[in-house]
Amino acid sequence: MSERIREKLKILADAAKYDVSCSSSGSTRKNKNKGLGDTGNGICHTYTEDGRCVSLLKILLTNFCIYDCAYCVTRKSNDIKRTAFTVQEVVDLTINFYRRNYIEGLFLSSGIFKDADYTMERLVRVAKKLRSEHNFNGYIHLKSIPGASDELMKEAGLYADRLSVNIEIPTEQGLKLLAPDKDRKDMIQPMNFLKNEIILRESENKTFRNAPLFAPAGQSSQMIIGAAQESDKDIMFTANSLYKNFNLKRVYYSGYVPVSNDNRLPGLNTSVPRIRENRLYQTDWLMRFYGFQVKEIVNQEHPNLDLDIDPKLSWALRNVQQFPIDINRADLHLILRVPGIGIQSARKIVDARRFQRLNWEHLKKLGVALNRAKYFIICNSRNYERRDLSGSQIKQYILSGAQSKALSAVAIQLQLF
Amino acid sequence: MTILIYDNTWPGFLTAIFDAYERKLEQARICPQRTLQPSLLYTPINIITDNVKAKRVWLGLEKKLSRTGLQNVYHSFLSELPAIEDHLLEYIRLALTLDGAEKAYGNSTILRGTQVAKMVYREKHRMEAFVRFQLTKDGIYYGAVDPDFNVLPILISHFEKRYADQKWLIYDLRRKYGIFYDLEKVQEIELDFAKPEGGDIRSIFSEEEEIYQTLWKDYFIHVNIKERRNIKLHLRHVPKRYWKYLIEKSP
Repeated sequence: MSERIREKLKILADAAKYDVSCSSSGSTRKNKNKGLGDTGNGICHTYTEDGRCVSLLKILLTNFCIYDCAYCVTRKSNDIKRTAFTVQEVVDLTINFYRRNYIEGLFLSSGIFKDADYTMERLVRVAKKLRSEHNFNGYIHLKSIPGASDELMKEAGLYADRLSVNIEIPTEQGLKLLAPDKDRKDMIQPMNFLKNEIILRESENKTFRNAPLFAPAGQSSQMIIGAAQESDKDIMFTANSLYKNFNLKRVYYSGYVPVSNDNRLPGLNTSVPRIRENRLYQTDWLMRFYGFQVKEIVNQEHPNLDLDIDPKLSWALRNVQQFPIDINRADLHLILRVPGIGIQSARKIVDARRFQRLNWEHLKKLGVALNRAKYFIICNSRNYERRDLSGSQIKQYILSGAQSKALSAVAIQLQLF
Repeated sequence: MTILIYDNTWPGFLTAIFDAYERKLEQARICPQRTLQPSLLYTPINIITDNVKAKRVWLGLEKKLSRTGLQNVYHSFLSELPAIEDHLLEYIRLALTLDGAEKAYGNSTILRGTQVAKMVYREKHRMEAFVRFQLTKDGIYYGAVDPDFNVLPILISHFEKRYADQKWLIYDLRRKYGIFYDLEKVQEIELDFAKPEGGDIRSIFSEEEEIYQTLWKDYFIHVNIKERRNIKLHLRHVPKRYWKYLIEKSP
């Protein structure tokens, strides 16, 4: 068998893995003319030993690159093996992995070789070949290469389900320091172009039913966390503006994995900030699904998230005057603000209380984490928290009662410093 | 008390529901033949599966339950859990008397119905993720599974839409039947595994099969970030009982 392909796959998967996006949901592409593939809610076909989902064949087309970004393993000055796939090789791998039900589709990124257009043109060729020669209807995620022409971007949108440009560093100063050849403006430009193009195509789709799909799963982006010295507020405000201004479907937060002993960066023995990353994702969810404003969670007074408790609990402890709320009466959007109640339980509560008044036993069975929620709610029971507890007292009770997973990991991370 | 014995099939179960109502049985148990244990405490009645009766029950339920509610009933049935039929009889009684009963999560029967259906749905979803097809010499993509619940019937539509241009076969080794797609339609089949066991199992698969399995294993190893190793999380998502059919987890 071809040892060369094995070698390339190893190198180019290794180089692509720091891009954490692996989602394969959100597209409306359907199987047509009895071809191959379909998209839906996304499936994680396996999980690597780091616990991350594997949904797509995620590779670089090449790891040759003209840039020298300090945080990137593929940077020009790094002494690593370089290689490149041919268009046909990527197509064969994708089709054969897909047919065996290993993957939902392809995530294709690339180092920048020669220039932006040259690189983008090759990414587009892979997608075009899959769609037009193989009638492939699985998921395709392409990188939009900053600086590539509008024509190529438009073509990419016609074949891909999702496009993404990574913001990489949450602050502009950070980016200047770590990637002096790059400019935030160059990253925003394709994002903005695609946003407008997607809006335009969507309105066309409403008028002409057979208008072709254009990036039906929208755009996403990624920021590296902990490489520059940004605060959680910097990160979440940037994320918020990406969601608001460019209609992004997802922003990913990728804890910096040390890949260089460059003195502008955390040292090689620094551990990956996994808990911080988790708290950022929780905040992202609070913004997108729980009706929170970003500034309620992080602001001038609280620029960083607590590591030992989740951000919703932090918020509730700072706002104890807004509680308790009555589970049997309060609106859904208020129930969603109670620590320990997720979206599913909140909806179940609202459905179930039409039939009977709910008590502690019911709430427990519905999946509410009462160890946290009990300080913030009343229900159909004479028992409830009557003491006038302060935020810090509640925090103390909760932490002493629960052996928090995050807490024990925080202790371990602290020992390392 | 009366015990209604049905033939393990879905229409058989619905017929039993019909009969329970027709005979006005206040207290009845419904039991599939495969788990029946003789008992002096019950009066046994053998149910003869009747598609017309089954259809009438289903139409009746369709009037009272939403799609999710109907799915809860069917998926719970597929769980094959002990006494799930008795539980479903109670669930259906509630559904027929109380409008929108499927959302009365404060009721333990309703909540349990939702939870069992969720377990089955999760297993279905896992199969959609964990089936690993291997290409045989005669051009069929074959995948063996051993699901906790009887989920093949609810996998058909997913795989039919996705792999419309290749022949495939998914085989449930525990329940000894499979679903086979011949480029036209999907049908249930039973296989006789006597022959391949004798010969070299590799000889039935195409030559390129090994290449792609090797590439997939390589990919799986190299897409992992060692610095982020988190085996607990890994095991939570890919429980060990599924490893035997996962190429990337086999030695």
